[in-house]
Amino acid sequence: MSVKSESIQSKKGSVQDERLKKISPFRVLLNRPELGALGGSILVFIFFGIVAGDTGMFSAYGTLNFLDVSANLGIIAIAAAMLMIGGEFDLSIGSMIGFAGICIAIPAIYWGWPLWTSIIFAFAMAVLIGYFNGIMVVKTGLPSFIVTLAMLFILRGATLAITRLITGRTQVPGLRVLIEDDPIAWLFATDTFQWLFTWLGSMKLIALRTDGTPLATGIPPSVIWFIALTLFATWILMKTRYGNWIFASGGDKVGATNVGVPVGRVKISLFIGTAVASTIFACIQVLDAGSADTMRGTLKELEAIAAAVVGGCLLTGGYGSAIGAALGAIIFGTVSMGIFYTDVDTDWFKVFLGGMMLIAVVFNNYIRKKVTETK
Amino acid sequence: MSEYLVQFNNISKFFGKVIALKDVTMKLKKGEIMCLLGDNGAGKSTLIKTLAGVHKPDEGEIIFEDQKIVFDSPRDALDIGIGTVYQDLALVSLMSVTRNFFMGREPQKGLPFFKTFDIDRANTIAAERMGQIGIDVRDPSQAVGTMSGGERQCLAISRAIYFGAKVLVLDEPTSALGVHQASMVLKYIVKAASQGLAVILITHNVHHAYPVGNSFTVLNRGKSMGTFQKKDISREKLLSMMAGGEELDKLEVELKEMDRIENN
Repeated sequence: MSVKSESIQSKKGSVQDERLKKISPFRVLLNRPELGALGGSILVFIFFGIVAGDTGMFSAYGTLNFLDVSANLGIIAIAAAMLMIGGEFDLSIGSMIGFAGICIAIPAIYWGWPLWTSIIFAFAMAVLIGYFNGIMVVKTGLPSFIVTLAMLFILRGATLAITRLITGRTQVPGLRVLIEDDPIAWLFATDTFQWLFTWLGSMKLIALRTDGTPLATGIPPSVIWFIALTLFATWILMKTRYGNWIFASGGDKVGATNVGVPVGRVKISLFIGTAVASTIFACIQVLDAGSADTMRGTLKELEAIAAAVVGGCLLTGGYGSAIGAALGAIIFGTVSMGIFYTDVDTDWFKVFLGGMMLIAVVFNNYIRKKVTETK
Repeated sequence: MSEYLVQFNNISKFFGKVIALKDVTMKLKKGEIMCLLGDNGAGKSTLIKTLAGVHKPDEGEIIFEDQKIVFDSPRDALDIGIGTVYQDLALVSLMSVTRNFFMGREPQKGLPFFKTFDIDRANTIAAERMGQIGIDVRDPSQAVGTMSGGERQCLAISRAIYFGAKVLVLDEPTSALGVHQASMVLKYIVKAASQGLAVILITHNVHHAYPVGNSFTVLNRGKSMGTFQKKDISREKLLSMMAGGEELDKLEVELKEMDRIENN
């Protein structure tokens, strides 16, 4: 075994060093931020495999169900994780979801805009609000916790006030009819791989409705977005210069500035990222439900941060991963849906969520000490 | 072409009514190590920041390679080749050696808009550079937090040299280190100077400065007390100048006087 690994190393042309201990694959894994979340998600799947394996939770329909919930959370958790690695928080994610929802619904329903223009309008608002959050934090030097907490109230209040002013109520229904033939809306509202599910259904491999169509009609758009964003964020963090700047900005703001990293610009762009992710979340949910609700997204910011933390992000910044946050979202999504398939009262979900987060923080703290200790 | 690589002539800096620096002059040749000595509050930090382009001098001029230079930002100082290594080193301990080495100046490859951080090349360069100064980074993807204080200091200096520093400004590079670690860093500083860099070594530790320095500038209450070549001044004389030797001498005389009176 050791002979083999030596030959691989010399092939790569790296200098052989007798002080370079042979590190077991396990140690390498231990140095990755997503280790805790990976272990956690394996445990969760084993648990539900045993407890709920025969209840239909892992049928095509059941799987897509909990994946959909995980994916929705994952979309905002990944953006929140990137911002946390960059050393900041965004507590306005949940309110931004509600705000983006009415930015889509009111122009489309009350002002007669084509749906796609109102979707673009919502994204434009997200960029503005994210930019405002970022510039406030960077220019004033105030903690982002405070700035975005203020934004949490401002956006939620504005959402409610504007909606009631224009519509006289707190919900805006009637969007479903507008989705068809819209040049953009399908991005957030189409199940993909429908042919595959139809085929699986015709082969009697997945459950069918009484009319013969499959129960699970396709991969929901949230899952596609979730996978794409996970890959994109991981590529940015690990493989690009901008990714290195994110780690540097969160790890040591002053040091990074001294060596020429544009810390302010990096942070502002990450705030825009969380606001845009919230808007993607809002698009998917609003178009799926066919209506916007002023209370949509309430408390989602805390779930996103919890998923990022379970995924290995440090609250102090400079450390974490997008894959970790994605796994964190899968853990929460799986448990929140899986709990229905067990005998456990669903009231216990939040207890689990909090407990999981505590364990993750203790574990990650231990890992960080391991990573930085002098060997 | 003058014999000096860089000259700081009559630099003064005021903060409101406070005179932080007054008429400080320093001249450095290639390959020279000048030690800037001074007690706390002598104006060392202000001088470093002025050299690094953080502060603009209110009076005086900076001449680099026979050209008068005005810095608008730290970036300008970096660009012409004045590399400053601050006490905090600008290293992120959770990031890898390579990621720290290239922080802010990552090599890239690939097509426009799809450019990636060329981490393989960066790893090779970082390991090579650290190897040259006798620090074998066992693995360039290990976190900087796993390195010793001396190794970190050397990493920061090595980075400044790699990115084109001709004048190295080192802020208290040995203050937080033990004897062994400090001598490792000092050895590296001498080696860097022997390759043609001019080094300004800021310290309050004469015992670290004296063995490596070619010349010594003593700063006291914002004023330069002069620059001395090594052959013209002893370690003890330097120490007493720094610590306000005259005051100590006076104290000694007074104590003797008290002694005499008591004995009578």
